[in-house]
Amino acid sequence: MNKQKKSFVSELLHNQMIIPIAAILLLVIFNLISDPSFFAIKLTHNNLGNPILSGNLISVIDFGSELAILAIGMTLVTAASGGQDISVGAGVAIAGSLIFKILRGNENTPAELHAPIILAFLAACLAGMACGAFNGVLVAIFKIQPMVATLILFTAGRSIASWINMNANIVINDQTFAIFGGFIPGIPVPTPVFIAILCIIVAFLVLKFTNLGLYTQAVGINESSSRLNGLNTTLIKWVTFVILGLCVAVVSLIKVSRTGQLNYNGIAKNIEMDAILAVALGGNALSGGKFNLGASILGAYAIQFLTTTLLKLKISSEALPAYKAVVVILLVVISAPTVREKLSRMANKMKSKKS
Amino acid sequence: MLENSVLEMRGIEKVFPGVRALQGVDFTLRKGEIHALMGENGAGKSTLIKVLTGVYAKDGGEIYLEGHDKPVHIKSPQDAQNVGISTVYQEITLCPNLSVAENMYIGRTKGVYQNWIKMNEDAKKQLESLRIPAEPTQQLGSCSIAVQQMVAIARAVDADCKVLILDEPTSSLDDQEVQKLFGLMRELKARGVGIIFVTHFLDQVYEVCDRITVLRDGQLVGEYEIQDLPRVQLVSKMLGKEMDDLSSIKDTSAEQQPIDEKEPVFEIYGLSSTAAVNPFDIKIRKGEVNGFTGLLGSGRSECVRAIFGADPVTSGKVVKNGKEVKIKTPIQAMKMGIGYLPEDRKVDGIIGDLSVRENIILALQVLKGFFHPFTKAQAYAFADEYIKLLDIKTASADTPIKSLSGGNQQKVILARWLLTHPEYLILDEPTRGIDIGTKTDIQKLVLKLASEGMSITFISSEIDEMLRTCDRLLVVRDRKVVGELSGADLNQNKVMSTIAGGESNE
Repeated sequence: MNKQKKSFVSELLHNQMIIPIAAILLLVIFNLISDPSFFAIKLTHNNLGNPILSGNLISVIDFGSELAILAIGMTLVTAASGGQDISVGAGVAIAGSLIFKILRGNENTPAELHAPIILAFLAACLAGMACGAFNGVLVAIFKIQPMVATLILFTAGRSIASWINMNANIVINDQTFAIFGGFIPGIPVPTPVFIAILCIIVAFLVLKFTNLGLYTQAVGINESSSRLNGLNTTLIKWVTFVILGLCVAVVSLIKVSRTGQLNYNGIAKNIEMDAILAVALGGNALSGGKFNLGASILGAYAIQFLTTTLLKLKISSEALPAYKAVVVILLVVISAPTVREKLSRMANKMKSKKS
Repeated sequence: MLENSVLEMRGIEKVFPGVRALQGVDFTLRKGEIHALMGENGAGKSTLIKVLTGVYAKDGGEIYLEGHDKPVHIKSPQDAQNVGISTVYQEITLCPNLSVAENMYIGRTKGVYQNWIKMNEDAKKQLESLRIPAEPTQQLGSCSIAVQQMVAIARAVDADCKVLILDEPTSSLDDQEVQKLFGLMRELKARGVGIIFVTHFLDQVYEVCDRITVLRDGQLVGEYEIQDLPRVQLVSKMLGKEMDDLSSIKDTSAEQQPIDEKEPVFEIYGLSSTAAVNPFDIKIRKGEVNGFTGLLGSGRSECVRAIFGADPVTSGKVVKNGKEVKIKTPIQAMKMGIGYLPEDRKVDGIIGDLSVRENIILALQVLKGFFHPFTKAQAYAFADEYIKLLDIKTASADTPIKSLSGGNQQKVILARWLLTHPEYLILDEPTRGIDIGTKTDIQKLVLKLASEGMSITFISSEIDEMLRTCDRLLVVRDRKVVGELSGADLNQNKVMSTIAGGESNE
């Protein structure tokens, strides 16, 4: 009986999901103690008379959805290439800028949309995938370290975004367009949540009905061996970057729809760091190889939970990164192989002392 | 200590878990000689060198050095450096983006400040005296590999060096460059430096060395003057077989049926790859076990890698069942019905973190295609079938392959290829580093598969194993296929003399 219990506990501890779940639980407990009103959810009506939910938890699942979508792509890139894409925020700016370019015609504050939203979104998808393809070529073909390769778009991306619209100050005030980052009339849950659920379902279906998971993991663990098993390792790495590009395009639609405005330098700023953090918090090795997509997605929501909690504590947005950094340090140290080894050795010692 | 020796190692012992890597090994290096350290894979050469350079702590024995009354204790590579033992490794461990002079002196000077002018002058003198064609201020990366190798040697001998260890320095050099390197070695020899030369090129040993020490299975076989040890003798000492006591094996090979009558599945003409294999021909016949033999580093693995498209193929033609086919990449080879179990299991074989099941189905899955994954049930069925068939000892099909023993990992890789039902299976060192029971299992399996009509190429460092399993042997020496043996020629004497080459054809 006792033995069975132990194995259940150890199994639980070995499950990757435990890390983001524990993080979320810790944050829940922290908020319960510090201020239970954190969890209050209110049903109100917006200026159009549609019912909407509001509250801290709602903003966690709302903004966390953007991160979750990015975490899908980032997890795959990390698994296959053993590196991360830091040009994600810049990619969002480019794709978002393109959406505005197409919708606004030549006006800065168009009274009505000049093109169907779907057309603008498809263009954004192409732009996002093109950015991913560019990064992918640098990483997969020219064997440049992913961080260095994506540094190029990280640096240049926002300039490209502002060049697309000649740095125009655009405001798009359209009810239909506002749905993607806001609410569907009559449904009080934010739309990004549904978009994220859709993306997650698609991702899991792809993983189930193709070999994307097996191939990316194999390439990430042992590239040489994968090649000798007939895998086109270059193509696989490249494809993961293109998939991340697609995720970027989806997030860009949410982002620009949310505000109806475009701040070329501010949009999705530092979002790549949160996305990478989500992957790490999901217990996935940033050096690539085996991954657990579900854990990454939970990690994304945990990160957003942390951000919201910090904001609730009236920590200014300038100071936020410093607080997050503390969490990152803890995370990285705990997941470092040397520390893990020491911890497991300590655990073994405790066990042997007991028995 | 003997009078003119610079280094004496006496009764060196080194134990790794489960292995006695060195068992009472003696080694003597004299002043101003080039001394070849020879032995096959696992003989203990590199362990001995690592003990000498302080990478490993020895478990027994003593090391004497010229100028020290007592035995020296070398605790780290830095220690070795300080007492005058320098090493140059196969891979150049310098910084290509620094200048030649910087590479020679950096990390050598005491204190924080560096006198750059003096450093460049010193470097110039040193380079000139050793006749190395490089400028001190030149970026190292712009020099040829041979010159880089020489700069590495110059760095090594610049300090008060008594013993210089060259570990496979010639493996990435062409003939001309090798000659330049030998010139440098002779120069250093004339200065009284004792040089330990580790190589697997027999020609080079006989060209430049004065003495040979042979190790086998962690034990000293003997130390010989170069003129007293003909090539065939050297090979037989390395392999541990005398030329004469082998007549018994002959009978087994005599009963082979004539293999030329079997129909060829693959005909390969003039195949060569970027891994520096000279073009070779081979016919792969149905139901035949053939083998590539040769010393370690002779190019036997590179030959089969070229067949599988594992290294970029530079020339050659492959004909399958009379039709010319294109095999440039592993996937093309797999589609032609070829399977390849690579020599280095850890680097090229296993996908460590993936489960036994995923490792088994991988190759077949890749052949089946990206959009057609096996269901979990199918994958488990395949895995369980082969775990049972090959008696793979694993906790479950979900265990990560890296936690299995070497022999069982090898069986998983074997299962991976058997699952694809290849017409032609290449097994490069399938028995290396695995226990004796598994070895026999694998040999039996090879013979069984061949009797069922599969063509197999079998490579092993152990000639016994090759003779037991192969119908035909291709002998590889210095990256050339130099002979083909079958029928009555399949005996140890003939194989060894062909491997040794040169004057040995009496």
